[in-house]
Amino acid sequence: MNLIARFVKKLSILFGGERFASELDEEMSFHRAQVKEELIAGGMTPEAAHYAAMRQFGNASKLREQSHEVVAFRAETVVQDLRFALRQWTKNPGFASTAILILALGMGVSVAIFGFVDAALLQPLPYANPGRLMSVNESDITTPRWPLSYLDYLDWQRLNKSFSSLDVYGGTGYLLRTSSGAEPVQAERVSGGFFQTLGVQPMLGRDFYPGENRPGGANVVLLSYGAWLHRFGARRDVVGQSVDLDHESYTIIGVLPRTFTFAPSGSAEFWVPLNSFSTHEKLRTFYNFWGIGRLRDGVTVRAALAEMGAIAKQLHLQYGITGRNLSASVVPLDEVIVGEVRPILLTLLGGAGLLLLIACVNVASLVLVRSEGRRREIAVRGALGATPTRLVRQFVTEGLLLAGFGSLAGVLVAVGLMKLLARLVPKDMAANMPFLAGVALNAHTGAVTAAVALMTALLLAATPTLRLSFQKVRDGLSEGDGGAAGRLWQRLGANMVIVELAVAMVLLAGAGLLGQSFYRLLHVRLGFDPDHLATVQVMAPGTVYKSDEQTAGLHEEIVRRVSSLPGVESAGLTSMLPVQCNCQIDGIQIQGRPSHGEHNDVDERHISPAYLSALKARLVRGRLFSDADDASRPGVAVINQALARKFFPGEDPIGQRITDDEGGRPSVWEIVGVVDDVREGPLDVDIWPVEYFPINQTRDHYFSLAVRTRQDPGALLPLLVSTLHQLDPDLGVSDEETMNDQIDGTQAALLHRSSAWLVGGFAAVALVLGVVGLYGVIAYSVSRRTREIGVRMALGAQRRSVYSLVLRQAAWLTGTGLAIGLVSSVGASLLIRNLLFGVHAWDAATLGGVAVLLGLASMAASFLPARRAASVNPTDALRAE
Amino acid sequence: MVTDMAKKPDLLPGTLDMLILKTLTRAPLHGYGIALSIKHLSDDVLTVEEGSLYPALQRLLLQGWVKAEWKMTETNRRARFYKLTAAGRKQLGFEVSQFEQMISAIGRVMSDAQEA
Repeated sequence: MNLIARFVKKLSILFGGERFASELDEEMSFHRAQVKEELIAGGMTPEAAHYAAMRQFGNASKLREQSHEVVAFRAETVVQDLRFALRQWTKNPGFASTAILILALGMGVSVAIFGFVDAALLQPLPYANPGRLMSVNESDITTPRWPLSYLDYLDWQRLNKSFSSLDVYGGTGYLLRTSSGAEPVQAERVSGGFFQTLGVQPMLGRDFYPGENRPGGANVVLLSYGAWLHRFGARRDVVGQSVDLDHESYTIIGVLPRTFTFAPSGSAEFWVPLNSFSTHEKLRTFYNFWGIGRLRDGVTVRAALAEMGAIAKQLHLQYGITGRNLSASVVPLDEVIVGEVRPILLTLLGGAGLLLLIACVNVASLVLVRSEGRRREIAVRGALGATPTRLVRQFVTEGLLLAGFGSLAGVLVAVGLMKLLARLVPKDMAANMPFLAGVALNAHTGAVTAAVALMTALLLAATPTLRLSFQKVRDGLSEGDGGAAGRLWQRLGANMVIVELAVAMVLLAGAGLLGQSFYRLLHVRLGFDPDHLATVQVMAPGTVYKSDEQTAGLHEEIVRRVSSLPGVESAGLTSMLPVQCNCQIDGIQIQGRPSHGEHNDVDERHISPAYLSALKARLVRGRLFSDADDASRPGVAVINQALARKFFPGEDPIGQRITDDEGGRPSVWEIVGVVDDVREGPLDVDIWPVEYFPINQTRDHYFSLAVRTRQDPGALLPLLVSTLHQLDPDLGVSDEETMNDQIDGTQAALLHRSSAWLVGGFAAVALVLGVVGLYGVIAYSVSRRTREIGVRMALGAQRRSVYSLVLRQAAWLTGTGLAIGLVSSVGASLLIRNLLFGVHAWDAATLGGVAVLLGLASMAASFLPARRAASVNPTDALRAE
Repeated sequence: MVTDMAKKPDLLPGTLDMLILKTLTRAPLHGYGIALSIKHLSDDVLTVEEGSLYPALQRLLLQGWVKAEWKMTETNRRARFYKLTAAGRKQLGFEVSQFEQMISAIGRVMSDAQEA
């Protein structure tokens, strides 16, 4: 008979306990009656027969118990153990609640962080067969993913054999006409097969028809689910209606499903086929689109990369492309989507794991201390006949119960924490992290919770058992001598404390380094004054502002009106605000110098005359732009010092000429000024060379306004928006923010802030747990040695020597823990060096500071028991036995 | 009473299950019937105590070697009848062979002891 069937049978008996007992009773009373009849038949009086039968049968209830024991699980003893455990806890609620709290914290944090790791790194992207989707682009020596030009894309699509389909996408923005005026909206231009390549079908309406993505195709648009819900009231008849984007009518052909997200497009609401192109986009060297492709079955990434590389090279030769040393890049799409958060998530997971470790060790040592305090109880139970198994089972039961409650509380903590953390991610960033929606208690996180709970249960059950088995009952009964068991425990407990301190050290060092990185990041040189700056993005409809004069007029009018607002010192326009990204790149040459095909990428910004002075950027040489630098005059440029250093070392750049190869604008720019480096790119990236051109000599319809004010810049924002709308209700106005908020909201700041805060939080908890653990060990050791200390003092030991006796032990534990922790910290910090900014993994000041902090905290924790030891009254101590 | 019980030899340890299974090979019996049957077949030498019988029956039930059913006796009383299962029959064969090995081994030892 197999075990499972027996188990089921036992269970059925257990749950049908009543029936089992009554059947047994009936059976036995039948037996007794038969015996009685037999005896009467043998000539006994009925009364005598009754007693004889009873006698023969013995104690009926004992018999019943014996029968029951055969079938039962010893459920009663389990219940007894449980009841006893609970009684112990209610007698000492501090222990149980502390242990459960610590466990819940450790488990909750780990499971919550794992929830994010699972959603971001383990769960597949929500596309058909996502493993075969690749991000297919050009690549450059310094930039591994470089966008494609449209013409190259067409050739790549035509020539390749590795991909069953190849598509491109590129972000754009439109002015959506609504009943309350124009509103800028995010949109994405995609090639016709984009959704088929992803394997996504619209939930309403249809995908693009084949002809619609060719130049001159119809104006059609697919809505994102969010746009359908919020802008069109989730009406099913929306398909076939038209919508006004940039003063052109687009026909809505369908709605994308709710589950559809495409992280590189952020929260794009309108998806249009790529069927009209700007003059630039028709150039082979205008790199503006990102590619995705679906690998054919049996084609490896490496083979695809080799093929695309060859195609890229062939095209470069064929069209005589120089200037950039481009090749192809083929990378799995999920790598592109989650690549940035991967190191941070793994770091957080590591931190959470360490926190869990320290929590478990802490609770295990708490359990150990308690089992030590119960030596006499155990000894008495043993002496009264409890088998060792039974005694062990008591502790196992308590451990399991503790782990059970701890896990339950941990799940609650985890669920709460996942919700909280997901909400803390700012909305802009959340749009690029579609996996956030998948962060929840699901099969994966549930399984991990169960595994962690099981591990904890094993640890907590095993710890006291381990100790118990070494102990002789005899030792326990004579509580007086601190015996071998006490020493053994001390060693085990001490080792645990060393582990705790070492782990706390690692977490503190990590937090210290990340915190310092964050601090350095926030104090990185900006090259301008971000305080008292209000910013807003403006989009002018190209259909209204058609000519250069009209656009230039708009620029001037905006600056004029805003500058006259109360409290405003100055205002300027730029094609892109600082501290955003090193994008909008130009490839330049210096006039009069031979070109060797090297690629000179610089950030290109179009600014109004007052912009740089509004930022309070420092002019180093030459002049800034003036209103006179308009389209009628030769092109002029202001450069930053990085550009001057790179291209004009030891020369005066003023008067030199920059040329660039883009059509539609004067392509020669005379350098008239040099400014100190304004940080145009992200906080954590080195300053790039930057060229500034007058916005008057370009014709941007999409630009940002930066306003220097004497008051609180936040208070100015609504006024800015209303002023712009007064000027022209058709202007798209968005992202009104103070410059400081803008900087705080950048990805670099967010990532560094979140990792610093979270790891800092872990480290704070670890510090408390480690120090409390140390306190526990020292306090326990002092309590065990009260008599010894009493004897020493009776024999003339000074208080000072008692202090040193206790503190020496503490110092030894702390020192060992710190030493191990220090070595591990360097190792751990090297693992997270990619997250560090402006600080080395082995930064001595941080490591030293953290060690001093932990050392001081440890000494403070051990000072309390030392003082208690030193204030022992020898007479009391000697009488204590 | 005490002297009376002392006279009877104890069952060999571990043989009770075998005896019960054996008595059930002929027909299903209730607990009393099993005790009675063992007593008669052994010419009153072996007495199965109730204190051992019922726990043993529960054990056999749990192993699946016997099945229990409530039926009426000839005297029209409700009693629980135990019936041998196929697994029980197999187990009986196994226990009998074990027992025979044991007996013959003991026999060999004892006969050798007598000769010496």
